[in-house]
Amino acid sequence: MSILVDSSTKVIVQGITGHFGAQHTRLSIDYGTKIVAGVVPGKGGKLFDEKVPIFNTVAEAKQKTGATVSVIFVPPPYAADAILEAVFAELDLVVCVTEFIPVRDVIMVKRVMEGKKTKLLGPNCPGIVTPGPGKNSYGGCRIGISPGYIHKKGHIGVASRSGTLTYEAVWQLTLRGVGQSTCVGIGGDPVQGLSHLDIIKMFNEDPDTHGIIIIGEIGGTSEEQAAEWIKHNCKKPIAAFVAGSTAPPGRRMGHAGAIISGGKGTAAAKIKAFKEAGVAIAPTPADIADTLLKIM
Amino acid sequence: MNIHEYQAKQLLSKHGVPVPPGEVCKTPEEARAVAGKLFGLGYSQVIVKSQIHAGGRGKGVFKSGKRGGVKICKNLTEVYINAKNMLGNVLVTKQTGPEGKLVRKVLVEVALDVQQELYVGVVLDHSIGRPVMITCKEGGMDIEEVAVRNPQAIVHEVIDPAIGLMPFQARRIAINLGLNSELLTLTVKLLQGLYRTWWECEATLVEINPLHIFLQADGQLNLVAVDGKVVLDDNALFRHPELVELRDYEEESPLEVEASNYNLSYIKLNGNIACLVNGAGLAMATMDIIKYYGGEPANFLDVGGGASPEQVAAAFKIIASDPNVKAILVNIFGGIMQCDIIANGVIAAVNEHRFKIPIIVRLEGNKSDIARQILKDSGLNLITATTMADAAEKAVKAVSKPVPAEA
Repeated sequence: MSILVDSSTKVIVQGITGHFGAQHTRLSIDYGTKIVAGVVPGKGGKLFDEKVPIFNTVAEAKQKTGATVSVIFVPPPYAADAILEAVFAELDLVVCVTEFIPVRDVIMVKRVMEGKKTKLLGPNCPGIVTPGPGKNSYGGCRIGISPGYIHKKGHIGVASRSGTLTYEAVWQLTLRGVGQSTCVGIGGDPVQGLSHLDIIKMFNEDPDTHGIIIIGEIGGTSEEQAAEWIKHNCKKPIAAFVAGSTAPPGRRMGHAGAIISGGKGTAAAKIKAFKEAGVAIAPTPADIADTLLKIM
Repeated sequence: MNIHEYQAKQLLSKHGVPVPPGEVCKTPEEARAVAGKLFGLGYSQVIVKSQIHAGGRGKGVFKSGKRGGVKICKNLTEVYINAKNMLGNVLVTKQTGPEGKLVRKVLVEVALDVQQELYVGVVLDHSIGRPVMITCKEGGMDIEEVAVRNPQAIVHEVIDPAIGLMPFQARRIAINLGLNSELLTLTVKLLQGLYRTWWECEATLVEINPLHIFLQADGQLNLVAVDGKVVLDDNALFRHPELVELRDYEEESPLEVEASNYNLSYIKLNGNIACLVNGAGLAMATMDIIKYYGGEPANFLDVGGGASPEQVAAAFKIIASDPNVKAILVNIFGGIMQCDIIANGVIAAVNEHRFKIPIIVRLEGNKSDIARQILKDSGLNLITATTMADAAEKAVKAVSKPVPAEA
């Protein structure tokens, strides 16, 4: 078991022929991910790497392959259109890797998605990995840009707003011989699809997830919302790290969503909310795995 | 992207928000001429306002000793003297930091008799992914202080992006602000203009603080935006060439501008341990762990998750220009990119810049063992580290004792 995706999930890549999309599609296929189609308008009928069929539209790709998930690598000006194409094709999940999408586009995408069945992960996210049973966790499902080999199949769920900081935490677990059920990057933008809370709820329901790591950062209230729900509903052990204790207010720390504004979104407030919810706090990013293992 | 008050008012005005008559000036002579025109129209007083990318100007102090970056003037001599005291001088406010900001322009505007001051603004609510109009009867104050002291005074109106701010919502806000009689129609028009500015310009923040209610010569009440602030979404600027032109490079830190030219995300801080990290979250976490072990980070620097050798080289160049740096901590998680390639990039950059300060390198991930060996064999003054804790401890130790003689 896992959340959102597993080794049988069939995946469409929107923007499969771009440099970045092509590179990560190959890595995902190597990992064992069932990449069944690419979508590039105007290139329908061709093959990617002589094996993955390319379609002109997401709807056609879904119909011909039975895919349920898509991943988006198209440039920022076209990303909102690509997400909505997948939404209107009624896929289950869209993973948007693209960074630097105008926030107004994402506001409209979220508005249009209300009441639709599709879930959005991202934008500006590293994606999702459900590790497999093979060497270096191969044989699983890797959607997005995370390095596959750092994972190990197991029972810890990871939910994070960051990319490389997530790899850091996952690697700490793997080095200690502790595997993961699913690792999810929700992305660093101010407006997101799935939130920390959405992911924690899924981990709470997943019998194969025995413990949870949350990685948060300054800006917004995603962590506080998750903490409020955890306090009353979550029975599984959780450890958290919040990045940005030393970040100056009013400055955007790399991620568009990582900003303390109007005194809101501080690391201190998020850490306080987690502590009140019974979540164990990692004092430094070097202690994320050990903080969880201590309470398991 | 931040813009000046006078530019924000131009955008607001374009979208139907009334602003005071006035012009931006670069010399005291220009300021006097503009004021002359305004006095000529029958107005009895004007206001001279320093234009810098920071708030708190009214209570700011110039490095020359003169007080106040915003001054009300009743005659041309006062306008000239005040403009002269501001232009070419460095203004320190609670938002500029101790180094202050050089005033290059002043805005000269009509100052109207105030009946009441209000606050109105539009921000993005991250938690719901929608714009929210925020209003408050206490204008002219720091809205963040009001939010702490008297949160009930602040009214939030969530806006559905599919339909924008509807008139019924604007009326509800106006009535809440106590503007329910002769000003109702004008307020609705103003609030809709405020929202349109946010939406059309793809802003992340639009703020009028204060919004003034004033008495016209004919005895009618009217509204005017006395101060305006607009922050634009950098990611949307490709759609707005007319807004790109509002960027004032002189207001930005030269190092940060240079970093952005290399697509690096860099923010200068006050410490002495420079950080060079891949990924924003890991970069923040690296600053945090330096502080945890008793050090002070000199910067935030994200070279991008992929950590390409070109980005790493550019990052060293930026760090080399900060004279406060006493040690450099390189923390790279080589996920897809191989650490041995990054190690060679680090060595090339260190050779190029001839750094005499300790450089602590922590490369983790793909081929990190080979990378550590390459660093050790380089013969350079590099300190290798394994975990983030190890790296931070070594960096803090390196700056807390005298710099060792070069090998």
